[in-house]
Amino acid sequence: MTLTMKQVGLTLAMTGALSSVAFAATAQEEVQKGGTAVIHMISEQRILNPGLRASTGVYNITGKIMEPLIDKSYEGYEPVLATEWSGSDDGLTITLKLREGVKWHDGEDFTCDDVAFSAIELWKGLLNYSSALQANLESVDCPDPHTAVFNYSKPMPIELFVAAMPDLGHPVPKHLYEGTDILKNEYNTAPVGTGPFKFVEYERGQYVLAEKNDDYWREGFPYLDRIVWRFIKDKSAAAAALEAGEVHESGFIGVSMADIERLSEDDRFDVGTQGYENNVAHSTVEFNHRNPILADVKVRQAMYHGLDIDYAIDTIMRGFAKPGRGPVPSAGGINYTDEVPTYPYDPELAKQLLDEAGYPVQDDGYRFHLRHRPAPWGEYTQLWAEYYAQAMKEIDIDVEILTNDAPGFLNGVYRDHDFDTANGWHQFRSDPAVSTMVWLRSGQPEGTPWTNQFGWQSDEIDQMIDDAASELDVEKRAGMYHEIQARAMEELPVIFAIEHPFISVTSKKLHNHHNPPRWNSSSWYDLWLEQ
Amino acid sequence: MTLHMPPVLTYALRRLIQAVPVVILIMIGTFLLLKLAPGDTVDALVGDMGGADAAFIARLRAEYGLDQPVWVQLWRYMVKLASFDFGWSFVYEQPVATVLMDRLGTTLLLMATSLSIAFTAGIALGAIAARRAYSATDNLISILGLVFYATPSFFLSLMLMLVFSVKLGWLPVGGIKTIAAFYTGWDHVWDVARHLIMPTAALSLIYLAFYLRLMRASVMEVADLDYVRTARAKGAREGRLMTHHIMRNALLPVVTLLGLQFSTVLGGSIVVETIFTLPGLGQLAYQSVVQRDMNTLMGIIFLCAIIVVVVNFLTDLLYARLDSRIELA
Repeated sequence: MTLTMKQVGLTLAMTGALSSVAFAATAQEEVQKGGTAVIHMISEQRILNPGLRASTGVYNITGKIMEPLIDKSYEGYEPVLATEWSGSDDGLTITLKLREGVKWHDGEDFTCDDVAFSAIELWKGLLNYSSALQANLESVDCPDPHTAVFNYSKPMPIELFVAAMPDLGHPVPKHLYEGTDILKNEYNTAPVGTGPFKFVEYERGQYVLAEKNDDYWREGFPYLDRIVWRFIKDKSAAAAALEAGEVHESGFIGVSMADIERLSEDDRFDVGTQGYENNVAHSTVEFNHRNPILADVKVRQAMYHGLDIDYAIDTIMRGFAKPGRGPVPSAGGINYTDEVPTYPYDPELAKQLLDEAGYPVQDDGYRFHLRHRPAPWGEYTQLWAEYYAQAMKEIDIDVEILTNDAPGFLNGVYRDHDFDTANGWHQFRSDPAVSTMVWLRSGQPEGTPWTNQFGWQSDEIDQMIDDAASELDVEKRAGMYHEIQARAMEELPVIFAIEHPFISVTSKKLHNHHNPPRWNSSSWYDLWLEQ
Repeated sequence: MTLHMPPVLTYALRRLIQAVPVVILIMIGTFLLLKLAPGDTVDALVGDMGGADAAFIARLRAEYGLDQPVWVQLWRYMVKLASFDFGWSFVYEQPVATVLMDRLGTTLLLMATSLSIAFTAGIALGAIAARRAYSATDNLISILGLVFYATPSFFLSLMLMLVFSVKLGWLPVGGIKTIAAFYTGWDHVWDVARHLIMPTAALSLIYLAFYLRLMRASVMEVADLDYVRTARAKGAREGRLMTHHIMRNALLPVVTLLGLQFSTVLGGSIVVETIFTLPGLGQLAYQSVVQRDMNTLMGIIFLCAIIVVVVNFLTDLLYARLDSRIELA
């Protein structure tokens, strides 16, 4: 069985409100070469090796310097360092053809040895998320320098493999890593890759600078001379830098929502969610099922009825979001369905359900009291927590908000289970098997953040998740995920209340921006600057 | 021994010996206090990364020695510190000494400039206001002082930025230099100076208010004392009266404040550094707390403790110089 790109490619047409923000048509304009693009970064990852840290904050910089085997475009999966891919019928081997004539920035050839080394030592051994994905990877053979054969002990659906590659498939140069302590390797903060830009310098807390790679394998690219990523922690200062023209782009909601709204009416900027289809996150309500009140599914359903999702989308996310439909977002392509049970806003029904569940209003005016932990992941999560507390009050549930910083939140929720409800941001990573399923699957190692530490277990759903992860037939696999979504919407182990892509503010001087669905992580070889 | 040494040195030596247990206590106390905060640096790193699996987290913890009991971690840290080894910052992936030295220059430049401007302008304005107490000049100066005193630094910083960068386009929004401009020599100095104008202004205006108010009160108090009246009766002119008799005595409380504020110099200003993206120690300290970067934070606290001890010593020396009645003992 050989699958072509087209078959596995996801059509990521944007729908409804999300596409209302139009980007300037740039195709006909004449390209200007040269110039320095300055990009705002709200957080600083410090490790600049995507083979060691799977995080958009890392890709945002390293995506221009180090390339993945496969990337994603709006048409489907796009060959980068791998030119063809196919899986065997039994799902145990995956064969990749590698691009010829590609050189690392230090002049060495890129070959299968680099891929084999990276896959075994980094992707299987060290990379977050990837070590679970590649757990059954036995070896990588190199029959010739430009063919890589991945051998698995259990079937690996090629769809899953390909979907993971844009994020989790960055090779590192073997000749610079072999025989060293990989975690302490100096190139982790001074990356050497094959990409359109070469790393120049990294000043901690200030900026990263990269310059044009004159020997890039795509002839005639890149257009820009340099890219500077500036770390600006203060959102108001970042907005000022955009307005003063010192910064050309700020991604991942790097300025406050009030400024985003203001700048979206400023004709010097493009503001919108395009280019984030692959980085969709859910705003959630998470339950501690160890609390007997919350263990009652009727209570959880009633609470969902008590949330006015549309109101929250309009006021908190300023319309840049959609109601959630379970663990797979609408950008999840074939694996997404909207044929699931929903819980429209209806406080009267919510109250009635709570009465039926045996929680009438007590003498103090409340049915019960909850302690809620909001994640400190930025504006959305804080405001969503406040809205949630307010909405619960309407249906006579008292919610006390316990504010905490990141380590406090992760420990309080995932390790110490010291909460009744919590809310955070959870990113969907291309395929349910490598992302949201860990929130439903029981038996996750104790204390692991972003997994099911909620004390919720369903043998039936566990089985469905395991079956779907190793199913090779694409259609059948999608059907299984639809079923899991429907069950998750019925049982509500977690409320996936709102799905929202991130938002960028981009100067109109930049052209060809936000053209693939993971633009901030992509290589920007065709980005150019009007001077 | 004391017979052969000048009294200043004896005094310095005794202060040094007294300082050692103080610094050790500060370090142990801070270490334990930080350990009381929920979570560790691995949680913070993982939070920044947007998630990781269990094996990854366990491996990082073992790598950083965070799987050991607190007492073992404390002992290991103190042993290293005894040889002035600040350890490795897992957040910055650099030795802590390098991280600190990178930031020290910026903070010292910013704080020293701001404090000098604030001190000089503050005592001058304060003295003028006091000599013309309750006149229109005094009212104007006092009102300005009050406004600066009451304005939060983040607001002042953002307003400066709005006016001079966004509206007028005269000054750069933030950072310490123009990146990718590759200036050298005097161009570089001018570039850095331009970047420091707004943060220095924002910081010094706030400090200025402190010195101004204190100096005004102090001069007014001293001006009424008997020896000033005596000097005036002897026929001393106003200028001489001011410089020799009033200012010198009025400066004592102001110098105390300068000493106190200089002790916090290494702490930098978190707000101003963050808004203007200046890579200073204040921002670093704040980030280290949020990231639970123990080694870096302990390094900063160690530096600060040393500075406090040194500045206290220097302030005492200065007291003795300003007022001969004070003896070093």
